[in-house]
Amino acid sequence: MKVGYYPGCSLTGTGKEYDLSLRKVASLLGMELEELNDWSCCGATSAHATNHLLSVALPARNLIIAKHQLLNEVAAPCAACYNRLVSASTEIKTDSAAEREIMELLGDTPANDINIINIVELFEKIGKENIASKVKVDLKGIKAACYYGCLLVRPPKLTNFDDAENPVSMEELIKAVGAEPVEWNYKVECCGGSHSIAHKEIVVDLSKKIIDDAKLHGADVIIVACPMCHSNLDMRQRAIKKEFPGRDDMPVLYLTEFIGLAMGLKPKELGLNLHMIETKSLLDKAEIKG
Amino acid sequence: MSHTHSEVNTLSAKVEKLTSQTPQECYQCGKCSAGCPIRNYMEDSPNQIVRYVQLGFDEKALHSKTPWLCAGCLTCSTRCPQNFDLAKFMDAMRQIAINEKIKIPESDTVEFHKAFLNQIKKHGKAFEFGLVREYKLRTMNLMQDVDVAPEMFIKGKIALMPHEVKDKKSIKVIFDKID
Repeated sequence: MKVGYYPGCSLTGTGKEYDLSLRKVASLLGMELEELNDWSCCGATSAHATNHLLSVALPARNLIIAKHQLLNEVAAPCAACYNRLVSASTEIKTDSAAEREIMELLGDTPANDINIINIVELFEKIGKENIASKVKVDLKGIKAACYYGCLLVRPPKLTNFDDAENPVSMEELIKAVGAEPVEWNYKVECCGGSHSIAHKEIVVDLSKKIIDDAKLHGADVIIVACPMCHSNLDMRQRAIKKEFPGRDDMPVLYLTEFIGLAMGLKPKELGLNLHMIETKSLLDKAEIKG
Repeated sequence: MSHTHSEVNTLSAKVEKLTSQTPQECYQCGKCSAGCPIRNYMEDSPNQIVRYVQLGFDEKALHSKTPWLCAGCLTCSTRCPQNFDLAKFMDAMRQIAINEKIKIPESDTVEFHKAFLNQIKKHGKAFEFGLVREYKLRTMNLMQDVDVAPEMFIKGKIALMPHEVKDKKSIKVIFDKID
């Protein structure tokens, strides 16, 4: 199986363990990732927050690259990139004025039949049975809070993915690798996203609520599918701990890292040592040696 | 339908042009603000901004911090019983405020966006070190994140050199169009 791969900027920097773990896991599962040649930023929050054309043209450039590589399916593991690519693609497909504008600007348009998939959809494409057959480490009794955040599921008319208020597809993957998803209340609540720099205090508040609810429902780990969510729940957990001393660490793992652990990959191979918050409590409970 | 259709210079008409939806569609039930994760940090609630626009209090709407505090989480757009895309409305509000050179009361957020987009313009990709450096200089928040930054460098999570897009021309074409 082969799929186009759009890493996005975060996966080359603050979220590099997401890229690392995805490549390792995909390779073990027989999924070839063909990276888009010379891809560029999707524009992220800053583009759509300030200029609409920019928020369509930047993703379109990457979708046109996919077309030239004859890739009709592109996986975008970053939930924010996924959302921007889907939004731009849908707008160009359904609004002839937008399509004309992109054609004039870039001299081409994305393929109409391009399918953009997120990380959960990529694993679903690989197949739960296939993943389950590769499990080497018994994760029975490990309780995981699956955190979807905003951009995987919203707005549902664009993403067409799972349920916008109570998605369950990530839980199915967690069950497939033998762990136990918890029921909790904050799986689609916002972590504050890109406010992390200009409004750190908001991110600290919102992320604390998410972590506290996961803890309240017995989670040993929060599973994420977005580098921005990871940065807010992991890196900003330092600031939360500073403001509210005496808290236990809550490990925050990318879905790819968690599945990788189940498949017997070592924590270091998956980049767990790059986290800002210790993952030791989880590894100890699962009896995985560093 | 509404008076705004005939008056193209109203904020309502400008928003409608950018978003293909009229602010008059909102019937002020407040469900958006009830579910907004950022509401507690705002003076004007999200539906109040729509109300200002509906009633023609354009200056009040354009000078509010609310559109700049919106995190773009899309909870409002997902839950609106009128299918009014409030997140899209907020995008338009910000774009209009920039175009009309309004003195925006949330300057740190604006400087963050400017610094971010400047990195894309220069390198084609986000360059986190450059972004933080430029943001700090723009806002003079020089001491921000000294608690985590050194470890991020050591772990190689913040590159010291940007990853450059090779085909810079294609990036320039896009930014030339909007500048």
